[in-house]
Amino acid sequence: MRLAIPAKAVPYLAVAPLAIVLLFFFVIPMAMVLVASFFDYNMTGIIPTFTLTNYIDLLTSRTTLELYLETLKFALIVWAITLVLGFTIAYFLAFHVRNPLIAIGLLLLCTVPFWTSDIIRMISWIPLLGKYGVFNRALLELGVVDSPVQWLLFSDFAVVVAYVHLFTLFMIVPIFNSMARIDRSLIEAAIDAGAGRLRVLTEVVIPLSKTGIVLGSIFVITLVMGDFFIVKIMSGGRSASVVMAIFEDVNLLFYPPAAASAVLLLIIVTLIVSFILRVVDVRKELMG
Amino acid sequence: MKEKARSTSRVTRRRVLTTAAGAAGAAVGSGLVKGFPTIWAQNIKDVTLTHVGMSYSTIIDIARQATKDLGFKVEMAVTDHAGFVNRVTTQPDSVDIADGELWQALLVVPRGSYQPINVKKIKLWDKMTPIYTKGTFDGKQVSRIGISPIKVQYLSGAEAKSFAKEPTDWATFVPGFYNADTLGMRPDLIHRPIEHWGELFNSEFKGKAAIQDIPAIGIMDAAMAAEANGAIKYADKGNMTRAEIDKTIALLIDLKKQGHWRALWSTFDESVNLMAAGEVVIQSMWSPAVTAVRSRGIPCYYVPLSEGYRGWGNGLALMKHLNGIKLDAAYEYINWYHSGWVGGFIAKQGYYVPVPETAKNFLTADEWGYWYEGKPAKEPITDPYGKVMEKAGAVRDGGSYEARFSKIACWNTLMDEARYMNEKWNQYRTA
Repeated sequence: MRLAIPAKAVPYLAVAPLAIVLLFFFVIPMAMVLVASFFDYNMTGIIPTFTLTNYIDLLTSRTTLELYLETLKFALIVWAITLVLGFTIAYFLAFHVRNPLIAIGLLLLCTVPFWTSDIIRMISWIPLLGKYGVFNRALLELGVVDSPVQWLLFSDFAVVVAYVHLFTLFMIVPIFNSMARIDRSLIEAAIDAGAGRLRVLTEVVIPLSKTGIVLGSIFVITLVMGDFFIVKIMSGGRSASVVMAIFEDVNLLFYPPAAASAVLLLIIVTLIVSFILRVVDVRKELMG
Repeated sequence: MKEKARSTSRVTRRRVLTTAAGAAGAAVGSGLVKGFPTIWAQNIKDVTLTHVGMSYSTIIDIARQATKDLGFKVEMAVTDHAGFVNRVTTQPDSVDIADGELWQALLVVPRGSYQPINVKKIKLWDKMTPIYTKGTFDGKQVSRIGISPIKVQYLSGAEAKSFAKEPTDWATFVPGFYNADTLGMRPDLIHRPIEHWGELFNSEFKGKAAIQDIPAIGIMDAAMAAEANGAIKYADKGNMTRAEIDKTIALLIDLKKQGHWRALWSTFDESVNLMAAGEVVIQSMWSPAVTAVRSRGIPCYYVPLSEGYRGWGNGLALMKHLNGIKLDAAYEYINWYHSGWVGGFIAKQGYYVPVPETAKNFLTADEWGYWYEGKPAKEPITDPYGKVMEKAGAVRDGGSYEARFSKIACWNTLMDEARYMNEKWNQYRTA
C-alpha cells in the first residue's frame, strides 16, 4: 500500500529536515542567548532575574563604540580590497581563460592554500613581515630603507593583509560562478552594437555578476565582523574587535553581558546584510 | 566466562607486580612516599582519569609516567584559560582532575564544580610548602596582594562553596606548580643593569618594549611598573578600584600613543619570538620563555628586580562527580603527583613543586644545585627532554629558591572589578 501524501503537505515535508536542523542548532541556542542577555550576574554565577543592565552597560560604554568602529573599519577596507581582487581574478578566469576546464583548474589552484588551516596561513605571515623578516631584509638589501620598517607587522596593515589573504577566495568563487553563467552571445551582441571594453564591463558583466558580488560581500563582511583571533595575533594585541570583548567576558564566565554583546552584534550584522540585499535583490536575480 | 575472569586477574597481578617494582625502584632513597600503586582492586586498570589544565602543566610525559607507576590510565587534556573555566563549570563530567590557576578557583568554587579534598588523605600535606598551606615562607607572611595561595587553599567545610581564611581539613586543591615571574631583557642590547620594574616604561626602550595581552596579568605588570616609577599609588593593586584602573589604563594608552609598545603578546611563543628576533629588548615574560630564547643561543636575562616578583600558582582539584574507585584513583594520583617524579621533571622547566625535597630524589646533585640552590652548574644543564640548554658554569637568574620566594610582591589576580578592567583593557587595545 502506498502512503498517500496530501499535495499540500509536500512543501512542508520538503523543508522539514532543514527546519528541524535550524530549530535545534540556531533558533533554540539563539533564544537561550537572548534570554541569558537579560540575566544578572556576579563573580560567583548567573542570577536569573530580568534586568536591562547588560544592555545599558553595553550601549553607554565608550568601548563598545570604539570596538564597533574598529571592526567596521577593517570590514570596509577588507571588503573593498577583496572585491577588487576577487572581481579581477574571477573576470580573468571567466573571460580570459578560453578553456573552461583550465579555468576550473585555476580556480581550484586558488583553493590550494585552504588545504592548511587558517591559523597556519595567518602565522606564516609573521616571519615575512617581521622587523627582521623577509620583506624588511629585501628592502634593506635594496637600499630602499636604512632601518627595518616597523609597520609591516603588529599593525592594521598586517591585519588587513591576513584578512585579504584568508578571505579573497570567498569573493572569487561566487563572482566566478555568476560570470560563468553569463551567456557569451550577450557580450558579442554588445560588442557588435558598438560597445567598448569598459561599456561591456559596466553594462553587461557587472550587472549580471551582481548576485556573486553580493554573496561574496556578505561572506567577507560577516567573516571580518565575527573574527577575534586574526586581529589579536596580527595586530600584536594593538587592536581589538567586537568578538574579542565577547570572548573576554566568556573567559571569566560573565555569560549575560557576553550574550548581550552577541545579540547586539547579530542585530548589526543583520542590518548590514539586509541593507546589502536591499540594494540587490538576490532572489529576483537568481530566479530571472 | 570463568576462563576470562581468570586471565584478567592474571594480567592485573602481573602488571601490579611489575609496576610496583618499577615504582619502588624509582622511589629508592626518597624515604617519603613509596610503593605506588597502593590500590590493589581488580578493576583499577579500567579506571581512566582525565587531567585538564593549561599547556604548561598538562604535559603528556607526566600522564605516561603516572600510567606506568599507578596501574590505571591518566590522560592529559590541554585547554586555554578561557576553555578551562568554561569546561570545568559547564561540562564538569568531562574532567576528573582540574589543574587550574589560583585565581580561577574564585570562579569555579562558588559554582560547586569541585569536591573538597580531605587533607588527611594527602600523605605529604604537612610537607607542602607553607606558601600554600600557611600563607608564609621562611616564617614570614607571604604577600597577600592579588590571589595569594592561602586565600583560596581552604574551604570552610566538606560541602562548602566558600573559602576559609584559616587552615581547615578541607582543601580546594592540592598545590600544583608555581613560580615567580619578572621582566625578561636582552643583556646584549641593553648595556646597563636593570633593577626596577619602572624600566618597562622607560622611554629609552621606546618601540622595543612589550607587555602581555592577558588583562589580568598584564595589568599587574603595568601596576608594578607604575608603582615603581611613583606614577600611581595603589591601596591594593591586587584589587584595584575603578579610579585606579582608569589611571593605569590611561598611562598605558599614553605610552602606546608615544609608540612605546612594539607589541602586546598573548602566547608563550610570541614572547619567545619577539625577544629572540630582537624586536623587543625588555618585556613581561614567563620563565620557560626565557629558557627557550637562551636555548637558541641568544642571551636573555630574567632580571631579579628590587620591587620583587609577581607570583603565580596552580592547584589540582578533584571534580564533584568523582566517587568510588575513581575517587580512590584520583587521590592516589594526586598523592603520586607529589612523590617526586613530577617535581624532578618540571624543575628542568624552571617551575617549582610544593614538596621540593621529593623532587630532589629525581635530580642529580648538580641539577638540584642549579635549579633550587642558585649554584653554578658543574656540568651542562638539560631541559626535561635531555636537550642541553645551559653550559657548565651557568647560574640561574634570581638565585636560589629561597631568594626568589622571599621576594614575592604580588600574585596574579582576579579583581572584583574584573569586567570593568577587561573593558578598559579593550579601550587600550583600540587606542
